[in-house]
Amino acid sequence: MAAIQSDNHGLRLFVRYAVLTLIAVIFIFPLIFMLMSSLKPDQQLLTDTESLRAFLPVGDISLDNYFAAFRRAPVGLFVFNSVLVTGLTVLLSLAVCSLAAFAFVFIDWRGRELLLTLILATLIVPFETIAIPLLLISANLPWIGLEGITRGWLNSYQVQIVPFIADGLTIFLFVQYFKDLPGELIEAARVEGASWGQVYRKVVMPLAGPVLATAAILKFLAMYNQYLWPLMVVQQEAYRPVMVGLQYFFQLNRAWGEIMAYLSLITVPVLAFYLFLQRAFIASIASTGIKG
Amino acid sequence: MASKFTRSNRTGWMMAGPAAALMAIFVVLPFLFAIGLSFTNQRLISPNPTQFVGLSNYEQLLGVGVLTLAPETDTTGAVLRDADGKPSYPSVRSFTRNNDQYPQYDGMREWFSFGLGDNQVYVLGRDIVFLKALVNTVIFVLVVAPVQGGLALGLALLINQRLRGINLFRAIYFMPVVVSIVVVSLLWRFIYDGNSGLLNNLLGAISLGTIPRIDWLGNPGTALGAIIAMSVWQAVGFHMVIWLSGLQTISPTLYEAAAIEGASPWQTFRYVTWPGLRNTAVLVLIVITMQAFSLFSQIDVMTGGGPLDSTQTIVFQAVERGYGKQDISGGSTISVVLFVIVLSISLIQRWLTREKK
Repeated sequence: MAAIQSDNHGLRLFVRYAVLTLIAVIFIFPLIFMLMSSLKPDQQLLTDTESLRAFLPVGDISLDNYFAAFRRAPVGLFVFNSVLVTGLTVLLSLAVCSLAAFAFVFIDWRGRELLLTLILATLIVPFETIAIPLLLISANLPWIGLEGITRGWLNSYQVQIVPFIADGLTIFLFVQYFKDLPGELIEAARVEGASWGQVYRKVVMPLAGPVLATAAILKFLAMYNQYLWPLMVVQQEAYRPVMVGLQYFFQLNRAWGEIMAYLSLITVPVLAFYLFLQRAFIASIASTGIKG
Repeated sequence: MASKFTRSNRTGWMMAGPAAALMAIFVVLPFLFAIGLSFTNQRLISPNPTQFVGLSNYEQLLGVGVLTLAPETDTTGAVLRDADGKPSYPSVRSFTRNNDQYPQYDGMREWFSFGLGDNQVYVLGRDIVFLKALVNTVIFVLVVAPVQGGLALGLALLINQRLRGINLFRAIYFMPVVVSIVVVSLLWRFIYDGNSGLLNNLLGAISLGTIPRIDWLGNPGTALGAIIAMSVWQAVGFHMVIWLSGLQTISPTLYEAAAIEGASPWQTFRYVTWPGLRNTAVLVLIVITMQAFSLFSQIDVMTGGGPLDSTQTIVFQAVERGYGKQDISGGSTISVVLFVIVLSISLIQRWLTREKK
């Protein structure tokens, strides 16, 4: 009797793992196909799709596609632009949004409730609905740069950064997190004579590690993967980020191996980053769900 | 916390000020602009001054008419029939082009038609492409919301087991979420390709060649479905994680109680798990709906709205007009229509799931 039960248990365990593995294959096969194809010459790449060879590093394997991709387009420049835009936006966003959330949660000032309600209300405005008028506004905004005052932000770094520094979701995440911190701690620091700036820097921010990670990851994903906005506001190669660079890359040629190499090049670092910080990534998505 | 130590109007405004100013310029202002511009004929760059045009952008976009036509008859009253024996009808164009008797139909085109008794009912629209985009987007949302939400819940339940190595599976299921939808769309063009596509090769191998090859994205009957399947594949991991965080808020003692009572797995789900997931369900539905209504990148990379407008969407049209044709007012009008739809749906969802007191 006991033996039969344990057999049954083993079978059920096997079925469970089989189901889990089958689903895993569905989620991972396009990515493996991408990586393997990036190593193959075009002709082999296309014939390999007829068999499981599509997912194996077999045949004429080399890094030629990667070198060719770099020769065909300024890939390094696109990557640099994306890293610069994403990095700056994440840093500025963390600073500006945490500062605002700090004021909303800990300081008592006139207008804070109304302002917070307004900011949270913007959460139901999809970016797509404001993109077109934002394009018109961006085309007319002034900018003070090295050449003096110029008008119009199209084709620049700032047009890709400044509009995304403050957003409702990031402020919401900080507000939720700060609310759970013990308020007495802040009040005690104030009673002892700390300025608001000191409370922010020395009391609250050192405790904010988890929410900083969450907000940084969400902002990073949104910015690095941005497509619609840079497509509209960046026509010059000099400021083009990776995702828009990809679109042009694709239209220029149908060299599949090079396209796969380019896709791998811009995706693998993000995937590696994700696998390295997997728990933090998943926790950050989960935290957007808490309390709705 | 209202004490003299926590009260400071100046500091409050100074600290919240940068964020408030940025959001005012880059979120609130464009939002108000969208509404304002939709009543004008503004273009991105134009030599002519902008004019107020009232509701005409909306009329142009959403104008529909229904025209019921009786079959044509000869002088004796007998119905005229064409070579196939079908009754023939007066041409729709005779009503929509320079017909003073029917000014309301002027400039409209046929959207679709159906027979009603002997009569033929023609549904006309001013902007057929936009109307198709609207319908496609609604279909996309109506399919994606339940399918993606349901599959995500299934995956969350599957991944919520205590098994060795379960974190590895969770990490893999979530993987497509961190990959850009643009990259994903390009990859899936390979999967859906009509000649050497992986999907055709797979179906061919399974069916030993009896299933014919299909150009999934080049066929009006399959293109939208193909994009739906890919979109679910990419985003389902995101919602799996949200369900998972909901599942983990349910107290284990409830499951113990259910086990002691001898509840079946289905009963446990129905009476313990599901009631505990109500708030999560609302959130998942709202988020999926809003994301689905914003469908753009997949279309831009995979089909460009075709074939035969079968994958046109609201946002794709807004961008094509507002950016492609530099018709800012036309694009803004579409944006406002989209916003009204999204707002109504989130209000309806909130009302349907309101706390019953």
